[in-house]
Amino acid sequence: MIYADNAATTKMSAAAVKTLTELIGTTYGNPSSLYTFGQEAKEVLEQARADVAASIGADPKEIIFTSGGSEADNQALISAASIGARKNKKHIIPTKFEHHAILHTLNKLEKEGFEITLLDVHENGLVRPEEVENAIREDTALVTVMYANNEIGTIQPIREIGAICRKHGVIFHTDAVQAVGHIKVNVEEDNIDMLSASGHKFHGPKGTGFLYAKKGIALTNLIEGGAQERGKRAGTENVPGIAAMAVALKESVAALDDYKAKLTPVRDRIIKGLSEIPHSALNGDFEHRVPSNINFCFEGIEGESLLLLLDDKGIAASSGSACTSGSLDPSHVLLAIGRVHDVAHGSLRLSLGEDITDEDADYIVKSVKEVVEYLRGFSPVWRDLVAGKGTFIL
Amino acid sequence: MALYSEKVMDHFRNPRNVGVLEDANGVGTVGNAKCGDIMKMYLKIEDDIVKDVKFETFGCGSAIASSSMATELIKGKPVEEARKLTNKAVAEALDGLPDYKMHCSVLAQEAIEAALKDYEENGQGG
Repeated sequence: MIYADNAATTKMSAAAVKTLTELIGTTYGNPSSLYTFGQEAKEVLEQARADVAASIGADPKEIIFTSGGSEADNQALISAASIGARKNKKHIIPTKFEHHAILHTLNKLEKEGFEITLLDVHENGLVRPEEVENAIREDTALVTVMYANNEIGTIQPIREIGAICRKHGVIFHTDAVQAVGHIKVNVEEDNIDMLSASGHKFHGPKGTGFLYAKKGIALTNLIEGGAQERGKRAGTENVPGIAAMAVALKESVAALDDYKAKLTPVRDRIIKGLSEIPHSALNGDFEHRVPSNINFCFEGIEGESLLLLLDDKGIAASSGSACTSGSLDPSHVLLAIGRVHDVAHGSLRLSLGEDITDEDADYIVKSVKEVVEYLRGFSPVWRDLVAGKGTFIL
Repeated sequence: MALYSEKVMDHFRNPRNVGVLEDANGVGTVGNAKCGDIMKMYLKIEDDIVKDVKFETFGCGSAIASSSMATELIKGKPVEEARKLTNKAVAEALDGLPDYKMHCSVLAQEAIEAALKDYEENGQGG
């Protein structure tokens, strides 16, 4: 199998598996216990916190461990909203193509009286910093812009947006789930106040993640209970999982240059190959793109059929079609970059892993070409387009 | 557990009666590309019998499988029987569809209804 769905989840690294399995057996003490055995677990936990902090240029005190990216996103938004509400600031600026962990939390806040201004992400899938500045008001409590988009892989001008937020005294949060461990992220240099990350997106275990909150930003608890995580996230810490996540992150960050050098040419080889398919288009900017992401729309076909047939050929990928989302609408990300429903249904996301080869790339291109041609062969939409009874969009 | 039953996957991978029927005397198209599903049914009716049937579908795996199964269920059958085909019968013949995919079987029923209507309106249905 060629696993090309690393934006969904990644394989745990060998070192992460080793750390996790060893610690489960040996270091099962409760880090909140005062005896030596508990304190050993506490040491492992705090070492992990130091390693995670160092990997994004933060202070260990600024890291809260969570169950994953979604929890971190929820807590970041709820916290910033509470801070804002205390100063009567009830305006939040996200982008149109944030992850649902952001958008659905914002829906909730909207019902509580917050006003939301969605930033356009344009055809290239990039936020324009000047539009962030234009959207900021006296009562803006928070700007939240994802670091790299999970579907189309576009990397946002985070540093510039952060600088604008600093200038206006607005809290800046970034959902960096698809960025941390994949491209260089430094909260200091990037002017980030809050950041969410997820362990299983960078070869750590599922059920782990963290929230960075700059010193001075008061967090609101989502889970009440004991005083773990400086009282901001109750519940006995998942010490083995957290330690394994930290190991995976350290490894990923140390290998960032190799990762980019290895994946970029393979990614571009696939993009070049798929571009040869008539009436297809790359989704998202080519330049500002994570090394692993390829996302295409193919006119006249539907994405779920494409995925099932690729699965038969041993390729695991993803799509933004309605049928794969379980709703009637295709991906909100593709709609946000201006793809109409008709073509958004025919999308394919490939997110590569470090083990991908040129041979894999060629096999993927060959397979996608075959499947697209096959499906178009009995698509009434395609037949009409070819017969001139409609206008090609792509 | 797989997403679909083996029957669905079989009809998806090896769709029966796929293509265009040049001498069809009843053609029906339902659905729209906006929603992600379009089915087109071609019927060749002679002496009140569905002599031949073909389909073209733009859609997901269950949409393609539903079209394929629907053609199998009416091929060679009297028009009256084809008219009575229900989406439930299509779904059951496929050993079931996930709840959120039942609309695919509805679409298959509607595509056949549309093709029969076209046949009647063409004046060939008497």
